[in-house]
Amino acid sequence: MLRYVFRRLLTAIPTLLVIVTMAFFLIRVAPGGPFNQERGLSPEIKANLEAQFGLNDPLWLQYVHYLGNLLRGNFGPSYNMPDFTVGELFARGLPVSIQIGASALILALLLGGLLGTIAALNQNKLADYSVIALATAGSTIPTFVIAPVIQLLFGLTWRLLPIGGWGDGALLNKIGPVLTLALPQIAIVARLMRGSMIESLRSHHIRTARALGLSDWSVVVKHALRGAILPIVSFTGPAAAALLTGSIIVETIFSIPGIGRYFVEAALNRDYTLVMGTVVVIALFTIVFNLIVDVMYAFVDPRVRYD
Amino acid sequence: MTDIAATAPAVVGRSLWGDAWARLKANRAAMFSLYYLAFIAILSVFGPSLVPHRYTTIYADYVRMPPSLSAYPKPDKIETALNEAIKRMRVDIKQWRQEDNRIFVTVTSRKPIDDRNVRYLDRSDAFDNTKIESKSADGLEAVMSASIRQQYFLFGTDNTGRDLLSRTLMAGRISLAIGLLAGVVAGVIGVLYGAAAGLAGGRIDEVMMRIVDVLYSLPFIFFVIMLVVFFGRNFVLMFLAVGAVLWLDMARIVRGQALSIRRQEYVQAAEAMGVGQRGILIRHVIPNLLGPVVIYMTLLVPQVIILESFLSFLGLGVQEPMTSWGVLISTGAKNIGTANWLLLFPAFFLVSTLFALNFVGDGLRDALDPRDR
Amino acid sequence: MDTSETILSVKDLRVRFRTLDGVVEAVKGINIHVNAGETVAVVGESGSGKSQTMMAAMSLLASNGEATGVVDYRGRNLLTLSKSELNQVRGRKISMIFQEPMTSLDPLYSIGNQLIEPIRRHRGLGAAQAREEALKLLRLVHIPDPERRMKSYPHELSGGQRQRVMIAMALANDPDILIADEPTTALDVTIQAQILMLLAELQRKLGMAIVFITHDLGIVRRLADRVYVMRYGEVVEEGEAEAIFVNPQHAYTKMLLAAEPTGIKAPPPLNAPVLLEGRNVEVTFKIGGGFLAGEPLILRAVDHISIRLKRNQTIGIVGESGSGKSTLGRALLRLLPSDGFIRFGDRDISAADRKAMRPLRRELQLVFQDPFGSLSPRMTVGQVITEGLLVHEPTLSGRQRDLRAVDALREVGLDPNARNRYPHEFSGGQRQRIAIARAMILKPKVVVLDEPTSALDRSVQKQIVELLRKLQADHELSYLFISHDLAVVRAMSDYIIVMKQGKIVEEGPTEAIFSNPQAAYTQTLMAAAIDVTRFRLSA
Repeated sequence: MLRYVFRRLLTAIPTLLVIVTMAFFLIRVAPGGPFNQERGLSPEIKANLEAQFGLNDPLWLQYVHYLGNLLRGNFGPSYNMPDFTVGELFARGLPVSIQIGASALILALLLGGLLGTIAALNQNKLADYSVIALATAGSTIPTFVIAPVIQLLFGLTWRLLPIGGWGDGALLNKIGPVLTLALPQIAIVARLMRGSMIESLRSHHIRTARALGLSDWSVVVKHALRGAILPIVSFTGPAAAALLTGSIIVETIFSIPGIGRYFVEAALNRDYTLVMGTVVVIALFTIVFNLIVDVMYAFVDPRVRYD
Repeated sequence: MTDIAATAPAVVGRSLWGDAWARLKANRAAMFSLYYLAFIAILSVFGPSLVPHRYTTIYADYVRMPPSLSAYPKPDKIETALNEAIKRMRVDIKQWRQEDNRIFVTVTSRKPIDDRNVRYLDRSDAFDNTKIESKSADGLEAVMSASIRQQYFLFGTDNTGRDLLSRTLMAGRISLAIGLLAGVVAGVIGVLYGAAAGLAGGRIDEVMMRIVDVLYSLPFIFFVIMLVVFFGRNFVLMFLAVGAVLWLDMARIVRGQALSIRRQEYVQAAEAMGVGQRGILIRHVIPNLLGPVVIYMTLLVPQVIILESFLSFLGLGVQEPMTSWGVLISTGAKNIGTANWLLLFPAFFLVSTLFALNFVGDGLRDALDPRDR
Repeated sequence: MDTSETILSVKDLRVRFRTLDGVVEAVKGINIHVNAGETVAVVGESGSGKSQTMMAAMSLLASNGEATGVVDYRGRNLLTLSKSELNQVRGRKISMIFQEPMTSLDPLYSIGNQLIEPIRRHRGLGAAQAREEALKLLRLVHIPDPERRMKSYPHELSGGQRQRVMIAMALANDPDILIADEPTTALDVTIQAQILMLLAELQRKLGMAIVFITHDLGIVRRLADRVYVMRYGEVVEEGEAEAIFVNPQHAYTKMLLAAEPTGIKAPPPLNAPVLLEGRNVEVTFKIGGGFLAGEPLILRAVDHISIRLKRNQTIGIVGESGSGKSTLGRALLRLLPSDGFIRFGDRDISAADRKAMRPLRRELQLVFQDPFGSLSPRMTVGQVITEGLLVHEPTLSGRQRDLRAVDALREVGLDPNARNRYPHEFSGGQRQRIAIARAMILKPKVVVLDEPTSALDRSVQKQIVELLRKLQADHELSYLFISHDLAVVRAMSDYIIVMKQGKIVEEGPTEAIFSNPQAAYTQTLMAAAIDVTRFRLSA
């Protein structure tokens, strides 16, 4: 198993390199630069800045420098927020994004799993139809509609929650963002769970368990649920990577200082280092969580062997 | 086959497509959604020209008017509107009265009243057809009359005083058009790429799918933003490009299907009969691919619509004064405290359309692939 | 046996399923009873409702099914018991084993875990005691090295071993009745015989009644005391097994008994020309391998096989799953890359590529096992069977092709109107006829028949066998008949090749092989399939 993890991490290096390279050159080919936006900088200052950040060097040299810095864990300075390095920005924003994202993910897995299981056990009955309706709504309504509606209902009409803001991480401030982020995921998990649970309940070994007179609890929880959970495990990898790296919609609408906002802003401002940093962080999260999921898979399913 | 069939009335079988259509027709939710989509499409295409307001017309007097079934100006607002217009004439109101749909106002001034002053009343969004009824001999007092302009804003107006109904319908036109356009682009690329990989098989397939994997691992939003940066404000080009990004899923699905169809015994049977690659492709692979492709297309179109709205929400997509549901929702989200209709109407249209597409998709899936039931 | 008390009686049982096409009645008011310690067989072809009867009795119907009537077990109606009462009976008094040994065990738990669970549940034993019991059970069903097997997972066991484990689980609580639903159908013949012997042995030791649900009259003959014959959800005939076999009353029973293919195939004249010859044919598959994955595993599916097929000859290729018999058939048609020498007529086709083979394809045809998978679902039957003509007689007009389709359908005994319909509108037997028509329309010389009757019911099998014989006589065809079913092979072929693990174990004229098999493997195969001596002598 350890050897497998090691090998996977080894094969992740070329993948990461390809991603970094593609992202680096793609953003550089884009017209414009970090200092020719409407900043009103005089040509001299602009030239100075560009020289200071090495932007006048040949592109390949900049690329090599960037890779070198990256290897030392240095993401470089942010061009647009000159007071901060990219690393500092992540150090402030990432914990916020992770808190919101992880809460949403856990909520989605627990609630979605529960709803999906209830639906599967009551297939084609009222409870099932209710869950399907909820799941359809959750996966159909975009977050940028859910978020303002939550603000409208809980913030303005009923005045239960603040409309936005981080409030130094106060619990009430987190509810809206977490709910917005979690709803679509709850819908996805509930659907997945319902489908795989129905399939699991139909499988031959469940028929065996019933024919042996095992209790409903054992049939459902021990035999059906464990098999049904496999698709959820594979869902969790990419979902965790996406949720933990912040959501631009949620962070913008609820004014939360996560890292999700940086990306679009940075790309539009050609804040090269910040864009690259975000790409690297997202790619790293993706690789790591997919690996974790694969390892977890082996624990749930004895047929999966890594060696 | 036709000439024999013509001479002898033969038994006609029901193809899988026929079966699917029958099953779809029996699915009430899907059929209702199909009608609803047609209704929304017709409304979006023809609606903007039927609504009396253009989607760009600004009614400065009617900023942020709430939706109402009765006409503007409301009776109690007539005096306000009148006072404002008269104030701009720099004259004083002596008295005013309303007869049916016309108002008569007597104004006085210390300077002689210029006839051209009627334009101030006409300029107001509340009145038109202003006339000077009579004028005192010294010209210091005049009676003007104007008819009240009855305007309906069923969905209310936005921050700059534009009619939300016409804007919502116009936005629908854009959103649906983009959804279809980019959906088709993504579909075509995905099908061609996936089918090519699936049919070629072996090394070529491996390389082609590796490329897809790499593209997958790049953050999707990164791609889109790069495209926005490249294509700028030209939204047709941009959404062709967005379509070109969304093909990955389709390519994977089609490749998987193509591979599995190639392994089917009926393809092996055709190969055993000496049927060439072309024949296998045309007679076996494509007809059997159509089902999954159709199903996935119904997923792709709402995906594109959401993506368009998302980009427009971020201000990266469709630009003012052109509009889309995403643009409207973005404005609505910023004004939920004061004018929630700006959010609610476009959100309802977007969400109901997405729901309908979803039900049609589910219906098609059930109809084309009944094993899943 | 006949004086025993009745422990299970099914009275006026009806099973209905709600489907998209309305309510389907799968079982239409049947009566069945089981006496203590006896072996009852419920026989029928697919769709007869035989399985659903027992599923209903055990409350294991799919969620869209419902059962009415009475299933009386020692005075209690199982259909009206509460779930917890029912679970006192299921797995304890009545237990069940199934057709699918590969999927009937939970893949996520070890054998031991799954065996211990019902023991603890029904007998309330402690973990250690239950483990001892489980080990005893594994020994009872002759699982080698039971200590180690307790820790194994189902995927690490062979099909036969899994079925043994299933039997151990079913017998864990010493039940009154064991319901066996086609327990050997998915297994190879030699394994089948072992499992049947095991069941007979366990019945002798433990004395439970066995209800056999099966389509295989061979099993019935060897094991059953009494027989119920089912068709379309009804019991058409019942009685003592001997009586049913010797003197069947109902026409359907007679037909089933007569459905065993009979007759022999005379060998072609000695001077008949050799049409298709393979010398030292070898097919290898690479499994795994590639970057970082290590050395690939080389699997030799066909290992230096030589074969000579004469005109008007039928060579039967016999073997169990994985023996390489299908691979050999495809390799000889050059549908798979292979090493060695292959000759068709006077032409060396050892290295012929796709293009070079194309003109020869019309004379070398293939018929598949699965009549559902081998017909393209979106083409009409007419399009399916005339597809080959597009390649080999491209000058034909649409009308001429249609006329050929009419002829071909008539030849295989189908209504020519069938050509405007789609494959899913036909039954398995009809589909197999369509597949044969597709091969015959090209007027081939050699046809490889890859298990053409294995997916069909016995009664349909016989019709297909007769059709194939008629076509061979009419057109002087040469067949390569690949099958695991010795009865069919015996009726069809004049020469037999027995394969095991890619190699020829034995070959020779049919009667010689059947009357005097030389190789030990052939002997086991014959004993398993043909022997009609009873496993258990009724007291």
